[in-house]
Amino acid sequence: MALTGLQIFKLLPKTNCKKCGMPTCLAFAMQLAQKRAKLEDCPDVSEEAKEQLAAAAAPPMQLVTFGTGEAQVQVGQETVMFRHEEKFHNPTIVAVTVSDKLTGEDLKKRIESVNSLQFERVGTKLGVKAIAVINDSGSDDAFAEACATIKGASDLALILVTESPEAMAAAVGKTADAVPLLAQAAPDTAEAMAKIAKESSCPLVAKAESIETLSELTEKIKAEGVEDIVLSLDGLSFRDQLFNLSRMRALSLKKVFRPLGYPSLSFVADPASRRGGVDSDSDQQAAMAVSLICKYSSIVVVDTVEPSALLPMLTAIMNIFSDPQIPVQVEPKVYPIGEPDEKSPLMFTTNFSLTYYTVESDVEASRIPSYILVVDTEGTSVLTAYSGDKLNEKTVADAMAKANVESLVKHRKLIIPGYVAVMSGKLEEATNWEVMVGPRECSMLPKYLQEVWRKD
Amino acid sequence: MAVPEIAESFTGSVSRVTIGATKDSGGTRTSTVTVGGARNVVYGGSMEETSEKPVIAMDVLDSRPEDWPDALAEAYKDVFDSPGDWAKKCVEEFGAELICLKFEGIHPDKKDLDASHAVKITEEVAKAVGVPLVLWGCGNDEKDNQVMPKVSGAAKGENCLIGTAKEDNYKALTAIALADGHNLITHAPLDINIAKQVNILVSDMGFPLERIVTFQATGALGYGIEYAYSIQERQRLAALGGDKMMAMPAICDVGYESWRAKEAKLVDAPGWGAAGDRGPMWEATTAICLLQAGVDIIRMRHPRAAATVKNFINQIRKKD
Repeated sequence: MALTGLQIFKLLPKTNCKKCGMPTCLAFAMQLAQKRAKLEDCPDVSEEAKEQLAAAAAPPMQLVTFGTGEAQVQVGQETVMFRHEEKFHNPTIVAVTVSDKLTGEDLKKRIESVNSLQFERVGTKLGVKAIAVINDSGSDDAFAEACATIKGASDLALILVTESPEAMAAAVGKTADAVPLLAQAAPDTAEAMAKIAKESSCPLVAKAESIETLSELTEKIKAEGVEDIVLSLDGLSFRDQLFNLSRMRALSLKKVFRPLGYPSLSFVADPASRRGGVDSDSDQQAAMAVSLICKYSSIVVVDTVEPSALLPMLTAIMNIFSDPQIPVQVEPKVYPIGEPDEKSPLMFTTNFSLTYYTVESDVEASRIPSYILVVDTEGTSVLTAYSGDKLNEKTVADAMAKANVESLVKHRKLIIPGYVAVMSGKLEEATNWEVMVGPRECSMLPKYLQEVWRKD
Repeated sequence: MAVPEIAESFTGSVSRVTIGATKDSGGTRTSTVTVGGARNVVYGGSMEETSEKPVIAMDVLDSRPEDWPDALAEAYKDVFDSPGDWAKKCVEEFGAELICLKFEGIHPDKKDLDASHAVKITEEVAKAVGVPLVLWGCGNDEKDNQVMPKVSGAAKGENCLIGTAKEDNYKALTAIALADGHNLITHAPLDINIAKQVNILVSDMGFPLERIVTFQATGALGYGIEYAYSIQERQRLAALGGDKMMAMPAICDVGYESWRAKEAKLVDAPGWGAAGDRGPMWEATTAICLLQAGVDIIRMRHPRAAATVKNFINQIRKKD
């Protein structure tokens, strides 16, 4: 938690030497508290004060990265409980399990099916970002072998899941250069696991069944020299995990309780049914995953490789981690709906995603193939854009020219939103197109297109 | 290091609304549903501070839907022409605890059915099932004002949840809901200020706050759900902060919105999974997402999606 000016003042030399450029140490402290000055400007500050000030300035939740190169992912460093307070910073990572019991073709097939879980939505790439290798076999060698094979066959980040320090050491021996996330150290394996993590410079998951035990465990691991820690409540019921994830988030952010100031990892299938290769109920996994994504799990490990289950999880991440200050926009261009031809209607709307989706859906419902021209209004709705002068005859004419709509349709008729009927005259002048005023509410578009456009 | 206490000092709570009247209370329902009552945020504090169990209201339309994708229509095609049987199917086969009768067919741009049709369907459904009812207009103000008072009268004494009252069209419905003893849905278009305004307007007419459920409008997953999500969270926080005008339970319309999504209705979408799985999955995950923000009643359509959500709710609500 940020220190106040007075708290900082107590740590300063209090000599009022003016070397920092401020008339007094108190004035300097006030500037520091407001982040308008840097501590380095004071030449006489003690090492002890530097440490204390740095610790206070450290983010309440640590950032943890794993994987390398393109596959590198980062989690944590969240700052708020609710997205509207600021935003959620580092999107949840979805990982899919692969069991080390799989070998040969079966293993290869499983890896391929995980690798292929990549999608594109509104111009953004979404995908599974990690593979969680599960030590189901109980064998150290089989685990190390599977990890090595997966490392070679997938570009995704790795999470090595075993309770055994021996198996972990064997697997890390073959994968350390890929910086896997090591999961997981329990209270009784903490020392051994921490040693492996420290020597290989890999982040480590700490696992316990209560918040109290977990915070002791992270302290212990930290004392062993491991800084990058991820929290896991594996073993608790799903409901208790959710309640505890919320409590941990609150403790780290509101109380700056450092032992829990780390990102978290959750398995959606309970350990007994975790097979890494056999799908349990995909619907239920998707439901649990979406819940964990919304409520504070930084890494979610699932068994399912059903695209129909992964796509909604990844979409939920995209939505919940979007910045509430920045309206979600669609790319300004012409969108063909159905298979329109040169006789099809052309209408425009704005690039605010909600506006566009609503129009798109209603045009689809009309079953009349059409072109929707999206005008760049900086993500504002029709009325807001019009009153802010982002939607006028000039911006529409520019968008029409840019999209080369003259080559799309033979007619010269443009349907405009009913709310901006008032711009008809100027728009006709600017474009030489005939303006047709559409309905105010786009739910009336199907009727409009079927009746007014068709008659015309 | 001892783990510090998190002492939230919430002064307010979400009100409790009971829907349905049994014989003892002058109705004919065989069960009632109570929602709301949360004293903390979702998963905040202890189990004792959580709301009543969220419930699913399964949609029944007053007339055969014309535009339902096959993956959805499949489940109801044998009962589409009989809303009574449709409701019965939802309750007996799919375990619905609440039926939402949506008067889609009265819309002037759709089937333009009249009040006598709506009244007949209301009576039919009320007779066919014993669960409490939600009665939802078509969205066209003029037509709703014409028809919904008659629908309300036909269900008088049943303590239904009736809607929707909007900022610029609330008087007729509020008056009739008050007269017929129903609970009322207040409706705002993803705008928290309008939401509060409608509640104020309605309560100025003498409608009791503790009989209101809010509808903030819904966006499906991938189609603006983040707006609905944050508004629901802000509504809950306002309620906990003691704002009586925002302390109502919330209803959302997941069935209709999620089946508009491409991911649910496109038949041919290589790489997205089987069409039969995508729709129920999209509907279920949209509902789950909104549950995390604190909604109390979820309107749903596909039985598989409803089952997934019910299963999830039971999982997070089971007693130790």
